[in-house]
Amino acid sequence: MDSLPDDLDRRLVIATQAGLPLVARPYDALAAGLGVTAEEVKARLAAMLASGRIRRIGAVPNHYALGYTANGMSVWDVDDARIVELGEAVGRLDFVTHCYERPRALPDWPYNLFAMVHGRDRDTVLAGVAEIARLLGSACRGQDVLFSTAILKKTGLRIGGA
Amino acid sequence: MTSTLDTLDRHLINTLQEGFPLVDEPWRVVAEAVGSTPEEVLERVRRLRETGVLTRFGPMFQIERLGGRFVLAALAVPEERFDAVTAVVNALPEVAHNYRRTHRLNMWFVLATEKPEGIAGAIAKIEAATGLPVFAFPKHREFFVDMRLQA
Repeated sequence: MDSLPDDLDRRLVIATQAGLPLVARPYDALAAGLGVTAEEVKARLAAMLASGRIRRIGAVPNHYALGYTANGMSVWDVDDARIVELGEAVGRLDFVTHCYERPRALPDWPYNLFAMVHGRDRDTVLAGVAEIARLLGSACRGQDVLFSTAILKKTGLRIGGA
Repeated sequence: MTSTLDTLDRHLINTLQEGFPLVDEPWRVVAEAVGSTPEEVLERVRRLRETGVLTRFGPMFQIERLGGRFVLAALAVPEERFDAVTAVVNALPEVAHNYRRTHRLNMWFVLATEKPEGIAGAIAKIEAATGLPVFAFPKHREFFVDMRLQA
Protein backbone atom coordinates (compact mmCIF):
# COMPACT_ATOMS: atom_id res chain seq x y z
CA MET A 1 0.00 0.00 0.00
CA ASP A 2 1.32 3.44 -0.93
CA SER A 3 0.95 6.44 1.24
CA LEU A 4 1.35 10.12 0.58
CA PRO A 5 5.02 10.69 -0.21
CA ASP A 6 5.20 14.16 1.21
CA ASP A 7 3.50 17.01 2.91
CA LEU A 8 2.54 18.89 -0.26
CA ASP A 9 0.61 15.90 -1.67
CA ARG A 10 -1.19 15.56 1.63
CA ARG A 11 -2.07 19.26 1.71
CA LEU A 12 -3.27 19.01 -1.89
CA VAL A 13 -5.59 16.12 -0.98
CA ILE A 14 -7.00 18.07 1.96
CA ALA A 15 -7.44 21.20 -0.19
CA THR A 16 -9.33 19.34 -2.95
CA GLN A 17 -11.26 16.58 -1.20
CA ALA A 18 -14.37 18.75 -1.00
CA GLY A 19 -13.88 19.71 -4.66
CA LEU A 20 -11.93 21.98 -6.98
CA PRO A 21 -12.53 25.73 -6.66
CA LEU A 22 -15.16 26.76 -9.21
CA VAL A 23 -13.19 29.63 -10.70
CA ALA A 24 -11.74 30.36 -14.13
CA ARG A 25 -8.18 29.34 -13.08
CA PRO A 26 -8.68 26.63 -10.43
CA TYR A 27 -5.05 25.46 -10.30
CA ASP A 28 -3.86 29.05 -9.71
CA ALA A 29 -6.37 29.35 -6.87
CA LEU A 30 -5.14 26.10 -5.30
CA ALA A 31 -1.52 27.15 -5.74
CA ALA A 32 -2.14 30.47 -4.01
CA GLY A 33 -3.68 28.68 -1.03
CA LEU A 34 -0.82 26.19 -0.80
CA GLY A 35 2.01 28.65 -1.37
CA VAL A 36 3.35 26.90 -4.48
CA THR A 37 3.14 27.49 -8.24
CA ALA A 38 0.28 26.36 -10.46
CA GLU A 39 2.86 24.33 -12.41
CA GLU A 40 3.64 22.38 -9.23
CA VAL A 41 -0.06 21.81 -8.49
CA LYS A 42 -0.74 20.51 -12.03
CA ALA A 43 2.36 18.31 -11.93
CA ARG A 44 1.39 16.78 -8.56
CA LEU A 45 -2.18 16.11 -9.71
CA ALA A 46 -0.86 14.55 -12.94
CA ALA A 47 1.48 12.31 -10.94
CA MET A 48 -1.35 11.20 -8.64
CA LEU A 49 -3.49 10.40 -11.69
CA ALA A 50 -0.65 8.40 -13.26
CA SER A 51 -0.08 6.40 -10.07
CA GLY A 52 -3.80 5.71 -9.56
CA ARG A 53 -4.00 7.68 -6.32
CA ILE A 54 -6.54 9.81 -8.17
CA ARG A 55 -8.94 7.72 -10.27
CA ARG A 56 -10.15 10.68 -12.29
CA ILE A 57 -10.66 14.44 -12.01
CA GLY A 58 -14.18 15.46 -12.92
CA ALA A 59 -17.82 15.46 -11.98
CA VAL A 60 -19.83 12.98 -9.92
CA PRO A 61 -23.54 13.34 -10.64
CA ASN A 62 -26.24 12.53 -8.13
CA HIS A 63 -27.72 9.51 -9.87
CA TYR A 64 -31.23 10.37 -8.66
CA ALA A 65 -30.96 13.79 -10.32
CA LEU A 66 -30.14 12.11 -13.64
CA GLY A 67 -33.22 9.92 -13.34
CA TYR A 68 -31.40 6.78 -12.18
CA THR A 69 -33.83 6.34 -9.34
CA ALA A 70 -33.48 2.56 -9.14
CA ASN A 71 -30.30 1.36 -7.49
CA GLY A 72 -30.02 -2.33 -6.86
CA MET A 73 -27.16 -3.94 -4.97
CA SER A 74 -27.23 -7.44 -6.41
CA VAL A 75 -25.50 -10.05 -4.27
CA TRP A 76 -24.53 -13.56 -5.23
CA ASP A 77 -23.27 -16.75 -3.60
CA VAL A 78 -20.70 -17.82 -6.19
CA ASP A 79 -18.47 -20.88 -6.20
CA ASP A 80 -15.14 -19.66 -4.76
CA ALA A 81 -13.24 -21.62 -7.40
CA ARG A 82 -14.79 -19.48 -10.16
CA ILE A 83 -15.14 -16.10 -8.44
CA VAL A 84 -12.29 -14.35 -10.26
CA GLU A 85 -13.33 -15.40 -13.75
CA LEU A 86 -17.01 -14.69 -13.09
CA GLY A 87 -16.45 -11.46 -11.13
CA GLU A 88 -14.48 -10.06 -14.06
CA ALA A 89 -17.21 -11.09 -16.50
CA VAL A 90 -19.93 -9.43 -14.39
CA GLY A 91 -17.76 -6.29 -14.03
CA ARG A 92 -17.63 -6.04 -17.84
CA LEU A 93 -21.44 -5.71 -18.16
CA ASP A 94 -22.15 -2.10 -19.10
CA PHE A 95 -24.92 -1.59 -16.52
CA VAL A 96 -22.72 -2.68 -13.58
CA THR A 97 -21.07 0.33 -11.91
CA HIS A 98 -19.16 -1.49 -9.15
CA CYS A 99 -18.29 -5.16 -8.74
CA TYR A 100 -16.43 -6.65 -5.78
CA GLU A 101 -15.71 -9.91 -4.03
CA ARG A 102 -16.45 -9.56 -0.32
CA PRO A 103 -16.47 -12.03 2.58
CA ARG A 104 -19.58 -14.01 3.48
CA ALA A 105 -20.98 -13.58 7.02
CA LEU A 106 -22.51 -16.99 7.66
CA PRO A 107 -25.16 -17.88 8.59
CA ASP A 108 -26.74 -14.42 8.06
CA TRP A 109 -25.12 -13.55 4.77
CA PRO A 110 -24.10 -16.23 2.24
CA TYR A 111 -23.14 -13.85 -0.60
CA ASN A 112 -19.58 -13.23 -1.78
CA LEU A 113 -20.08 -11.26 -5.04
CA PHE A 114 -21.55 -7.75 -5.01
CA ALA A 115 -22.57 -6.03 -8.27
CA MET A 116 -24.24 -2.61 -8.21
CA VAL A 117 -26.81 -2.03 -10.94
CA HIS A 118 -28.21 1.44 -11.65
CA GLY A 119 -31.28 2.03 -13.81
CA ARG A 120 -34.03 4.51 -14.50
CA ASP A 121 -36.60 2.10 -13.02
CA ARG A 122 -36.77 -1.17 -11.08
CA ASP A 123 -37.67 -3.27 -14.09
CA THR A 124 -34.51 -2.16 -15.89
CA VAL A 125 -32.44 -3.08 -12.84
CA LEU A 126 -34.20 -6.45 -12.53
CA ALA A 127 -33.51 -7.16 -16.22
CA GLY A 128 -29.82 -6.50 -15.51
CA VAL A 129 -29.92 -8.77 -12.48
CA ALA A 130 -31.48 -11.53 -14.63
CA GLU A 131 -28.66 -11.12 -17.13
CA ILE A 132 -26.10 -11.54 -14.35
CA ALA A 133 -27.94 -14.68 -13.19
CA ARG A 134 -27.70 -16.16 -16.70
CA LEU A 135 -24.00 -15.33 -16.86
CA LEU A 136 -23.27 -16.97 -13.49
CA GLY A 137 -25.37 -20.06 -14.30
CA SER A 138 -24.78 -23.08 -12.10
CA ALA A 139 -21.79 -21.45 -10.33
CA CYS A 140 -24.35 -19.37 -8.39
CA ARG A 141 -26.09 -21.01 -5.43
CA GLY A 142 -28.16 -18.06 -4.22
CA GLN A 143 -28.90 -14.43 -4.92
CA ASP A 144 -30.72 -11.37 -3.70
CA VAL A 145 -31.10 -7.74 -4.77
CA LEU A 146 -31.28 -4.92 -2.24
CA PHE A 147 -32.85 -1.76 -3.61
CA SER A 148 -31.94 1.55 -2.00
CA THR A 149 -35.00 3.37 -0.70
CA ALA A 150 -33.24 6.46 0.74
CA ILE A 151 -29.84 8.15 0.65
CA LEU A 152 -29.17 8.74 4.35
CA LYS A 153 -25.74 10.36 3.88
CA LYS A 154 -23.35 11.05 1.02
CA THR A 155 -20.20 13.01 1.72
CA GLY A 156 -17.30 10.95 0.41
CA LEU A 157 -13.72 10.79 1.59
CA ARG A 158 -12.53 13.14 4.34
CA ILE A 159 -9.03 13.04 5.74
CA GLY A 160 -7.12 15.42 7.95
CA GLY A 161 -9.66 15.32 10.76
CA ALA A 162 -11.46 18.37 9.39
CA MET B 1 -35.52 17.21 -10.96
CA THR B 2 -34.44 15.73 -14.31
CA SER B 3 -36.72 18.06 -16.26
CA THR B 4 -34.62 21.09 -15.25
CA LEU B 5 -31.58 19.82 -17.21
CA ASP B 6 -31.28 21.07 -20.77
CA THR B 7 -29.17 19.64 -23.58
CA LEU B 8 -26.11 21.70 -22.69
CA ASP B 9 -26.33 20.62 -19.01
CA ARG B 10 -26.43 16.97 -20.07
CA HIS B 11 -23.60 17.36 -22.54
CA LEU B 12 -21.55 19.12 -19.86
CA ILE B 13 -22.25 16.46 -17.20
CA ASN B 14 -21.25 13.68 -19.60
CA THR B 15 -18.11 15.52 -20.68
CA LEU B 16 -17.05 16.30 -17.10
CA GLN B 17 -17.47 12.65 -16.08
CA GLU B 18 -14.72 11.81 -18.57
CA GLY B 19 -12.19 14.09 -16.93
CA PHE B 20 -11.08 17.68 -16.45
CA PRO B 21 -7.98 19.08 -18.13
CA LEU B 22 -4.84 19.98 -16.17
CA VAL B 23 -4.30 23.30 -17.91
CA ASP B 24 -4.41 26.86 -16.59
CA GLU B 25 -7.79 27.63 -18.13
CA PRO B 26 -9.59 24.28 -18.15
CA TRP B 27 -13.06 25.76 -18.69
CA ARG B 28 -11.90 27.03 -22.09
CA VAL B 29 -11.18 23.42 -23.13
CA VAL B 30 -14.47 22.20 -21.69
CA ALA B 31 -16.38 25.01 -23.42
CA GLU B 32 -14.88 24.07 -26.79
CA ALA B 33 -15.85 20.43 -26.26
CA VAL B 34 -19.49 21.29 -25.57
CA GLY B 35 -19.82 24.26 -27.93
CA SER B 36 -20.18 27.03 -25.36
CA THR B 37 -18.13 29.73 -23.63
CA PRO B 38 -15.89 29.32 -20.55
CA GLU B 39 -18.07 31.74 -18.58
CA GLU B 40 -21.25 29.87 -19.45
CA VAL B 41 -19.93 26.40 -18.57
CA LEU B 42 -18.42 27.57 -15.29
CA GLU B 43 -21.72 29.23 -14.34
CA ARG B 44 -23.60 26.05 -15.25
CA VAL B 45 -21.31 23.88 -13.13
CA ARG B 46 -21.73 26.25 -10.17
CA ARG B 47 -25.49 25.89 -10.53
CA LEU B 48 -25.35 22.10 -10.93
CA ARG B 49 -23.27 21.89 -7.72
CA GLU B 50 -25.60 24.25 -5.83
CA THR B 51 -28.70 22.33 -6.83
CA GLY B 52 -27.10 18.99 -5.99
CA VAL B 53 -27.22 17.57 -9.53
CA LEU B 54 -23.47 17.15 -9.11
CA THR B 55 -22.51 15.75 -5.72
CA ARG B 56 -18.81 16.37 -6.34
CA PHE B 57 -16.55 18.15 -8.73
CA GLY B 58 -12.83 17.53 -8.44
CA PRO B 59 -10.32 14.72 -7.97
CA MET B 60 -11.71 11.31 -7.03
CA PHE B 61 -9.17 9.79 -4.71
CA GLN B 62 -8.46 6.09 -4.49
CA ILE B 63 -8.24 6.07 -0.72
CA GLU B 64 -6.37 2.75 -0.44
CA ARG B 65 -3.57 4.16 -2.59
CA LEU B 66 -3.33 7.05 -0.13
CA GLY B 67 -2.86 4.65 2.76
CA GLY B 68 -6.49 4.77 3.90
CA ARG B 69 -9.26 2.23 3.93
CA PHE B 70 -12.86 1.86 2.71
CA VAL B 71 -15.13 -0.81 4.20
CA LEU B 72 -18.76 -1.51 3.35
CA ALA B 73 -20.77 -2.35 6.46
CA ALA B 74 -24.37 -3.09 7.37
CA LEU B 75 -26.76 -3.10 10.31
CA ALA B 76 -30.10 -4.81 10.90
CA VAL B 77 -31.94 -1.89 12.49
CA PRO B 78 -35.31 -2.42 14.20
CA GLU B 79 -37.83 -0.29 12.27
CA GLU B 80 -38.90 1.74 15.32
CA ARG B 81 -35.26 2.75 15.96
CA PHE B 82 -34.35 3.49 12.35
CA ASP B 83 -34.24 7.31 12.60
CA ALA B 84 -32.33 7.31 15.89
CA VAL B 85 -29.74 4.83 14.58
CA THR B 86 -29.41 6.85 11.34
CA ALA B 87 -28.55 9.93 13.41
CA VAL B 88 -25.91 8.03 15.40
CA VAL B 89 -24.29 6.46 12.32
CA ASN B 90 -24.37 9.63 10.20
CA ALA B 91 -22.79 11.66 13.00
CA LEU B 92 -19.52 9.75 12.61
CA PRO B 93 -17.10 11.51 10.23
CA GLU B 94 -15.84 8.06 9.16
CA VAL B 95 -19.22 7.34 7.53
CA ALA B 96 -18.89 8.49 3.90
CA HIS B 97 -22.19 7.18 2.48
CA ASN B 98 -25.22 5.60 4.05
CA TYR B 99 -28.19 4.03 2.28
CA ARG B 100 -31.41 2.46 3.43
CA ARG B 101 -31.98 -0.83 1.60
CA THR B 102 -34.69 -3.46 1.28
CA HIS B 103 -33.43 -6.36 3.43
CA ARG B 104 -33.28 -7.46 7.07
CA LEU B 105 -29.84 -5.78 6.89
CA ASN B 106 -31.55 -2.48 6.12
CA MET B 107 -28.77 0.08 6.65
CA TRP B 108 -25.66 -0.06 4.43
CA PHE B 109 -22.85 2.41 4.86
CA VAL B 110 -19.26 2.93 3.79
CA LEU B 111 -16.61 3.59 6.41
CA ALA B 112 -13.66 5.60 5.06
CA THR B 113 -10.67 6.16 7.30
CA GLU B 114 -7.28 7.72 6.79
CA LYS B 115 -5.52 4.72 8.39
CA PRO B 116 -6.63 1.07 8.12
CA GLU B 117 -6.71 0.76 11.91
CA GLY B 118 -9.38 3.48 12.07
CA ILE B 119 -12.03 1.05 10.78
CA ALA B 120 -12.11 -1.09 13.93
CA GLY B 121 -12.53 2.03 16.07
CA ALA B 122 -15.43 3.28 13.96
CA ILE B 123 -17.15 -0.12 14.14
CA ALA B 124 -16.67 -0.24 17.91
CA LYS B 125 -18.19 3.25 18.27
CA ILE B 126 -21.26 2.27 16.24
CA GLU B 127 -21.75 -0.97 18.16
CA ALA B 128 -21.39 0.78 21.51
CA ALA B 129 -23.77 3.59 20.57
CA THR B 130 -26.46 1.39 18.97
CA GLY B 131 -26.10 -1.97 20.74
CA LEU B 132 -26.35 -3.58 17.29
CA PRO B 133 -23.70 -5.83 15.69
CA VAL B 134 -22.00 -4.31 12.64
CA PHE B 135 -21.56 -6.63 9.67
CA ALA B 136 -18.34 -5.60 7.92
CA PHE B 137 -17.73 -6.51 4.28
CA PRO B 138 -14.20 -5.40 3.38
CA LYS B 139 -13.47 -5.94 -0.29
CA HIS B 140 -11.36 -8.96 -1.17
CA ARG B 141 -11.09 -8.13 -4.85
CA GLU B 142 -12.19 -5.20 -6.97
CA PHE B 143 -13.33 -6.40 -10.38
CA PHE B 144 -14.69 -3.12 -11.69
CA VAL B 145 -15.46 0.41 -10.49
CA ASP B 146 -16.81 3.13 -12.73
CA MET B 147 -19.50 5.41 -11.46
CA ARG B 148 -20.09 7.23 -14.74
CA LEU B 149 -23.76 7.48 -15.71
CA GLN B 150 -25.10 8.91 -18.96
CA ALA B 151 -27.01 12.15 -18.28
